[in-house]
Amino acid sequence: MALLSDPLVQRMLLVALLVGASAPIVGTYLVQRRMALLGDGIGHVALAGVAAGWLAGSVADLAKQDALAIPGAIVFAIAGAVVIEHMRSRGTASADVVMAIMFYGGIATGVLLISVAGGSNANLMGYLFGSISTVTWTDVWVTVGLSAVIMAVGLGLRPALFAVTHDQEFASSTGLPVRALNMTVAILAAVTITVSMRVVGVLLVSGLMILPVAIAQLMTRSFTRTMSLAMITGVLLCVTGVGITLEHDLQPGALIIVLGVVLYVVVTAIAAMLRARGRHRVTPPHTPARITHDETEESHR
Amino acid sequence: MAAPDLHATSRVSAPAVRARDVRVTLGGTEILHGVSLDAHDGEVVALMGGNGSGKSTFVRSIVGALPLAAGEIRIGGAPASAAARTALGYVPQRLSAAGGVSATVTEVVASGLLGRSHLRPPRRASARIAAALDTMGVADLAGRDVARLSGGQQQRVLIARALVREPRILVLDEPMAGVDLESQVAFAHALSHLKEDGTAIVIVLHELGALARHIDTAVVLEHGCVTYAGRPPADLGVHALPGHDHEHAHEDPEPAQSTLGLDSL
Repeated sequence: MALLSDPLVQRMLLVALLVGASAPIVGTYLVQRRMALLGDGIGHVALAGVAAGWLAGSVADLAKQDALAIPGAIVFAIAGAVVIEHMRSRGTASADVVMAIMFYGGIATGVLLISVAGGSNANLMGYLFGSISTVTWTDVWVTVGLSAVIMAVGLGLRPALFAVTHDQEFASSTGLPVRALNMTVAILAAVTITVSMRVVGVLLVSGLMILPVAIAQLMTRSFTRTMSLAMITGVLLCVTGVGITLEHDLQPGALIIVLGVVLYVVVTAIAAMLRARGRHRVTPPHTPARITHDETEESHR
Repeated sequence: MAAPDLHATSRVSAPAVRARDVRVTLGGTEILHGVSLDAHDGEVVALMGGNGSGKSTFVRSIVGALPLAAGEIRIGGAPASAAARTALGYVPQRLSAAGGVSATVTEVVASGLLGRSHLRPPRRASARIAAALDTMGVADLAGRDVARLSGGQQQRVLIARALVREPRILVLDEPMAGVDLESQVAFAHALSHLKEDGTAIVIVLHELGALARHIDTAVVLEHGCVTYAGRPPADLGVHALPGHDHEHAHEDPEPAQSTLGLDSL
């Protein structure tokens, strides 16, 4: 309990709480659209943004060299998200190749620029795997602001964002502003990645968005409840992970993701046991294979 | 080839849907070479043809998912703008109503209540959703995960999602593909009620099957051209497929046999 009076611990737990609650919101929309790996693509581009911001800070001779790292990450992540969404919506045949180029290009550019700017391997590792133990009050307020945006938009527009990520062609026929809503999801993903980067780093950021959703899906059958449960799971994972690292010398970002994977395996096993027990009592429902909308849309092209 | 205006003399009001010489180009290739169609209030128009004949392309151009290279589509007498298309209820061709995340039947149908200026469901949404589910005979599935329903039940949920809009015009792209008998019966019931209520219906079908008695007009496409437009011959089914000679006799089963015993509907 004495630990909780430490301002650093307070900052760490506050950031963990906010990131844990907001990352699964966008994650739910990405899983719904079957684009769970989009976060990875944007995350890699965000690293190039961090490095560009670092370099700009270095060139401008700012007192705090990484002052422009987060703004750089936001700009690059949003630009990357917009490009990927543009290619997705146009159905560009080579979209996956371009996304792969962004993956590798982003991370390689990031590593190069940080070294050019005079950053160390420790700085780089902080962005790759998170550095919540160095979080400042400025970081906390930035996290509060961006999390508020993610929650307001992600939860406030849930019916429309559900419609557009569930069946874009139908949503378009209803007159919904599909292009704007798609872009909203992409930009929300970029903002989420920038916010989450501090906790788990760009390499694991997608895990924080997707794992809580995957776990929640095993426990509920409704989209709204999946999102709510994913938010709770995200908070539990982040706060538990950070809490453990207060006592033990472990890497928080990696620990949070490992806890998530372990929880997923445990819940999957419990769900399987419950289903097996249920099968003895009732006839199993017919469960047709899910067909992605992308596949069916592809058949129209 | 333009379809004859079958109803020009018998009807005064503008057709709910009027397509004239519609041409659609995809990837530089013209898919539709001047397709015409009229659907009046309370009329069911079946759009038929083999794979690749342009049926789905045509209905997607009607609902605004594809731009026209030439020709015109009018909705309720007005050019087919986004505002005019709010009168449409669309059931796209889907093998499953499930997305990547679990969703209840109610959540899926609720997305039909949204629109240009409705980013959230309006008031009385629950009552409208319940009515649409009831029409399709799936009211008891409201809280179920759509991914766990049978293919036919999922298709009925997708039709309910279009019906919840209370559309004046219903456009369905192959709603009967892979659908079980119970769902075919439910859909045939719903279709007859919608006709009585004056809804114009354009439906893509491979075969008339269980819906034969409700179809007023059949339009057959082959390679992006209309090859037949008029009253559906009782045996029009596989014979709508490209390469079939419509002018000569054939040996199809009688309609009573091909409707799976649903002719009492």
